[in-house]
Amino acid sequence: MMDGIDYLLMAIKVVVVVMAFVSLVPVLVWLERRASALMQDRLGPNRTHVFGFKAFGIIQAVADVAKLLLKEDFVPAKADRLLYAIGPFMVLVPAVVVPIAIPFADSIRLGAREFSFQAANVDGGLLFVFAIASLGVYGLILSGWSSNNKFSMLGAMRSSAQMVSYEISMGLAVVGVLMLFGTYQGVSSFELNHLIRAQGETISIFGLFTLPKWGVFVQPLGFLLFLAASYAETNRLPFDMPEDESALVAGYHTEYGGMKFAVFFMSEYVAMVTASCLVVALFFGGWQVPWAPTDVLRANAPLVARILLAGAGVAAVGTGLLFWHLVTNEIYAYGISPAIRRMTDPIKKIGSIGIGLAGLAMLAAAAFAVPTSMSAQAGQIVAAIAQLGAFVMKLGFFLFLYIWVRWTLPRFRYDQVMRLGWKVMLPLALVNILVTGFVGLAF
Amino acid sequence: MDHQTAHKLEPEGDAPRRPVRELTAGEAVYLVEAFKGLGVTFRHFIKNLFNRRELPTVSYPEEKRDYGERFRGRHVLNLREDGTTKCVACMMCATICPARCIEIVAEESPTPAIEKRPKSFVIDGLRCVMCGFCVDACPCDAIYMTGEYDFAEYAREDFLWDLTHLTRRPSLADAPRGYRPRIE
Repeated sequence: MMDGIDYLLMAIKVVVVVMAFVSLVPVLVWLERRASALMQDRLGPNRTHVFGFKAFGIIQAVADVAKLLLKEDFVPAKADRLLYAIGPFMVLVPAVVVPIAIPFADSIRLGAREFSFQAANVDGGLLFVFAIASLGVYGLILSGWSSNNKFSMLGAMRSSAQMVSYEISMGLAVVGVLMLFGTYQGVSSFELNHLIRAQGETISIFGLFTLPKWGVFVQPLGFLLFLAASYAETNRLPFDMPEDESALVAGYHTEYGGMKFAVFFMSEYVAMVTASCLVVALFFGGWQVPWAPTDVLRANAPLVARILLAGAGVAAVGTGLLFWHLVTNEIYAYGISPAIRRMTDPIKKIGSIGIGLAGLAMLAAAAFAVPTSMSAQAGQIVAAIAQLGAFVMKLGFFLFLYIWVRWTLPRFRYDQVMRLGWKVMLPLALVNILVTGFVGLAF
Repeated sequence: MDHQTAHKLEPEGDAPRRPVRELTAGEAVYLVEAFKGLGVTFRHFIKNLFNRRELPTVSYPEEKRDYGERFRGRHVLNLREDGTTKCVACMMCATICPARCIEIVAEESPTPAIEKRPKSFVIDGLRCVMCGFCVDACPCDAIYMTGEYDFAEYAREDFLWDLTHLTRRPSLADAPRGYRPRIE
């Protein structure tokens, strides 16, 4: 039964999760620009600063937002004004709704109340995610059609064809995972938490070593298919047919500018985070810490707390040293006057020393201050933090992979995209299901 | 027109087409090559992350790259010892200019030994193609080009470089001397 506090908690969680996902966007934009620059032997944006603080170029994202906010809100002549205006939001809303169904850690019990690290525990889980994610295509079609431009229209048509084609392979790639993890401890469910719990076991490889029973190890083909399909679904390279600028100017958002364009931009990145979350949840054990399912983490809470603190301490000391190195050996301080640098350098130095000292304090706490036994409640919280950390690290890897792939692989031609979707990925997904079924029957 | 007929329309007989190499089985799978590509970009990423100083990027305008000493930049009109312009308004440069960007109005020179001098000498910087023919054509060593390449203005009129601009603009003091036929 849910009572008032549960609803309040849920509302807070929804706000926190949506804000967290949206605020990842500028970080991702920064990562995209910097990583792409370094991959192409360039430097990337390094000029923008606020009172001498460049924050490694993140300030550039702030400048971009300011620019987009100040731009004219342009509507092309003969555009369908209403649909043109709601198009971007038809893309954004599904993108920010999906994250609420994603669990970030195993649920914990605080007193009599169960607290799940998931904004809304939807019974359909996986089905809900797919249902909402597939709504995004409506926004693309609406905005492409309503801007009254051939290239927008063509981009929208391509996107609908592409997304419909790849949704099939995506859905079929998940079937293998459902066959293996859908029924766990006698319960069958589509809930993501359930699927992730089922990935907590280990599999032994010829008795030599054990691997966590993650989707990627038992469903490697399914993983590759799902990953490729998720790239196609989020319209990222090498599948960015809808906005193929060498063929279509800019695709469905050719006529959009200013904040409306920014909404498309944001939803692309939020969709990217969501897709990475799904890959992690379905194929990389979600919040599972490798080789340590929830009950093991809880039973060894003091040790886990010690490892967590030590890890955070090492990370903080490293960050402090890195910041100190960067402040004292600033390579590119162009565009910042010496007077401002004289003022901000001490602040930066004190900041990096502070971070380093905090790291040392955490290391000391890890060595001396962690109690040798913990209450069950504290143990649950420690386990949840460890799982949250595991999830964030896995998510970070996949977000980087998205950017990494974008700046490595060239765009496919449209006929290649269709051939890959229908003639390669669909049969492979079916074969994957068959093989999974036979192997399941054999053992 | 279908693909077959389109193929036949191509000229036959001359210049045989370079045969396209068949993809090997590994390349046709795509995945292996994709991972190789990821390896290449990641190597660059890591290498550049820790060696940013060695990146080829030039942080213009604080850093400027060196151009050759015969670089053809914005023009300059040379002066004699007494401060008058060396130009005798012979119209050689205006005649050879392929962009027709030089406009000279001649007048009589007060010095008896020199016949003419330019009353006005205007180069339209927006039309100039920086070919350096004017420098080659000049019989009096009057027009040279500097190494200046970063000239931007707010108005089109400001690109009409007149006599004072060509002889006495402030940036000439430390502008590198660019193209001239004989490098002294």
